[in-house]
Amino acid sequence: MNRFAALFAALDATTSTSAKTAALADYFRTAPEADRVWTVALLSGRRPRRAATSTELRQWAAQEATLPDWLFEESYSLVGDLAETIALILPPASAAQPPGLSETLSALSRLPGQPVEARRAAILSAWRSLPPAERFLFTKLLTGGFRMGVSRGLMTRALAQATGAAETAVAQSLMGDWDPATTRFATLTEAPGAQGAQPYPFALASPLEAEPQMLGETSDWLAEWKWDGIRGQLIARADAFALWSRGEELITDRFPEFAPLADFLPLGTVIDGEILAWDYEATRPLPFAALQKRITRKTVPKALLREAPARLLAYDLLEEGGEDLRPLPLATRRASLDRLLHALPPGLPLAASPLLTAPDWPGLAALREAARDHLAEGLMLKRAASPYFTGRKRGDWWKWKLDPYTVDAVMLYAQAGHGRRAALFTDFTFAVRDGNALVPFAKAYSGLTDAEFAEITRWVQSHTLERFGPVRRVPPELVFELGFEGIQASPRHKSGIALRFPRMLRWRRDKPVSEIDTLDSLRTLLAARGT
Amino acid sequence: MADLLTLTPQGLYCPPGDFHIDPWRPVSRALITHGHSDHARAGHAAYLTTPQALPVIRHRLGPLTAETLPYGEPQSINGVTVSFHPAGHVPGSAQIRVEHRGQVWVVSGDYKTEADGLAEAFAPVACHTFITECTFGLPVFRWQTQADTIAEIAAWWGANAAAGKVSLLAAYSFGKAQRLLAALPQLGPFLTHGAVEEINGILRGQGYALPETTRVTPETTAKTHPGALVIAPPSALATPWARRFEPAEEAMASGWMAVRGIRRRRGLGSGFALSDHADWDGLNAAIRATGATRVLATHGYTHAFARWLTDQGYQASPLETEFGTEAEDAPAAPTPDTTDAPLSDEGATN
Repeated sequence: MNRFAALFAALDATTSTSAKTAALADYFRTAPEADRVWTVALLSGRRPRRAATSTELRQWAAQEATLPDWLFEESYSLVGDLAETIALILPPASAAQPPGLSETLSALSRLPGQPVEARRAAILSAWRSLPPAERFLFTKLLTGGFRMGVSRGLMTRALAQATGAAETAVAQSLMGDWDPATTRFATLTEAPGAQGAQPYPFALASPLEAEPQMLGETSDWLAEWKWDGIRGQLIARADAFALWSRGEELITDRFPEFAPLADFLPLGTVIDGEILAWDYEATRPLPFAALQKRITRKTVPKALLREAPARLLAYDLLEEGGEDLRPLPLATRRASLDRLLHALPPGLPLAASPLLTAPDWPGLAALREAARDHLAEGLMLKRAASPYFTGRKRGDWWKWKLDPYTVDAVMLYAQAGHGRRAALFTDFTFAVRDGNALVPFAKAYSGLTDAEFAEITRWVQSHTLERFGPVRRVPPELVFELGFEGIQASPRHKSGIALRFPRMLRWRRDKPVSEIDTLDSLRTLLAARGT
Repeated sequence: MADLLTLTPQGLYCPPGDFHIDPWRPVSRALITHGHSDHARAGHAAYLTTPQALPVIRHRLGPLTAETLPYGEPQSINGVTVSFHPAGHVPGSAQIRVEHRGQVWVVSGDYKTEADGLAEAFAPVACHTFITECTFGLPVFRWQTQADTIAEIAAWWGANAAAGKVSLLAAYSFGKAQRLLAALPQLGPFLTHGAVEEINGILRGQGYALPETTRVTPETTAKTHPGALVIAPPSALATPWARRFEPAEEAMASGWMAVRGIRRRRGLGSGFALSDHADWDGLNAAIRATGATRVLATHGYTHAFARWLTDQGYQASPLETEFGTEAEDAPAAPTPDTTDAPLSDEGATN
């Protein structure tokens, strides 16, 4: 693990992306091959199955360090990272030659499913032999929360630099479902092309912050609803029928209603679109909550298939007749998509995501305002001339979302954050008024500046009324404007409601607690817009 | 029996002796453990401290009425016997022993158990009640030896110099900065920020052995002093003052650097866990060595540390003071007036 620990230290010591790319490229040139493959796997989110639960790891580490569990938890809440807490509290390790990354990971991947004593013994033995940096990384791998501050794009660039392969080829070969235990490094840098279930890297849009008039003529753009579903890539080739999520998860089996498409789509077809739970009577999507029930199910009961049938709204055609269309302009791809869909028999759960047209930007803005009536989050604006690019490239694809719903609420509880934000109080629980009572209804932990979090942290420290482990109860005095994307009924919450994507928009120092919103106002919104 | 030391709005107070220890609001008689600004504050009518600590206190607070008492020498104040004992925190720092009618209390001030070669080495003092700081009172804080950490800093400096870069090391200007200067091998010129150099001058005048240093002036740049190590207070990092040394590497020497999340919050690539406070093992060993049965924990993880001590059989509780007020238990939180103020490692606002 020394070589890997040195790479980690080099990446951790800089925020410069060029320095990170260089360190990574150097590693990809010089590290042992099996280690390189594992590193690519880890940095693209492929990690070994968990060999222990976080509860087990906490207990084993606390026992090994002869510390009570509560003191372990206090330490964790300061450090903000489970693996680092464990690495720091364990007694010093005996000096030994630590094993390499690939051996470590192979050994780890054999542990799941073994009896608890065997897993405990293997992990304790590693903890006892690894030096501090390696011990931290080993435990990071165990906890599964492994990030090295390296984006997928940065790693792709480093791999391209190290091997001389084209970035787009590397990006595609990293997609999909490959096993680091059986993959050769060389195959990771060859473009696999249109074969098997191999997906293409998704093109991603950026949020539109400027006025849309800045984008020029509306005729240069294609507009669609920005759906609130899950992005999917459907592949129908001679040797494979597959549905991939944006997170590169193979989700074919979770949506059995798409199986008939395999019989009707021409071979060599790859479609990019949005998976939605569909209300066929109202001819619009069901609320996201309905789709959520589907996502979590690996096998879908019949009743749920009826209650929340899935439909794919296609917005792009990436491959037709086995030919990669991605370099062609969007308008051309879209025309091919429409032709292909038109030729399909009726009754299939696949349709085009409709194009929205208006003569000018105010017209499109008016459509956007009506997005919620279509259960959409706003508009997508895509340049008609744009190729299907790899990853996020600003300028061609924009998401033009509606402004969020807002509510003014008061902070009731505060908890320290994790990672970079450990030791700062950043995770807050908020309440609205219900008569004379305050009812907690949402948690949020983003949206303020570091300076604001620091100021609130000092306030929390000097105003703590009660401590519940890492959570502090504070007087209901600080008022915040929260933004959220949706609201739904929730019997699990005391307030009876749950918000979608709540976050802090502003700290309302100007607003007294007496003027915060009421539970009734949220109930009214739920009745009007709720799902 | 009444407590020998109690908490008043002014600070720790000894009723029979009618004096305060490190008070945070003006009092008639203040016994001062050391010169950091959360312990030595302005406005008291009379000060008593060690002869080694007084020059820095005078420099920081201006004219004041003060007496000194050498380490280990008892003095009676209204029938209460007080004495100062080395705390190993910074040059001149002391624990204060207070004895009255057979009861002995010791106020630790800030302390460090490892001898650093510059500050007078920590010596345990037997007592019944020990008021201990616990800035780093969690088991995640375990320091390497000073020799190991100094070797790491020297390696970092050497590598930067070889790459044609100046090394900018953030350290509190009183204590940590001089400790580094005294311990580091001289691989190139030592440059100092004015705040550090002023303390250097005072300590040199007292006879503390420090290497030759050069104060940074408007003319000083990376070109005039290639391969230099610049020691500056943390607040000087990422300012126009620091930019003259580009291309430079920045790091900080502080106990908080033991935690990666805190180092990253500070935006630092490199950090060295070098503290002037006792670590977890140091705190526990120091408390055992006093033989005290009662322990009051201040300044740091007071609740957790007091609970731990209670589990260990001590009669322990947290004592809420205003030491380390910059951020009671949020070492990474910047202060409101200066967002790049130092961490509360030493509690000093320099």
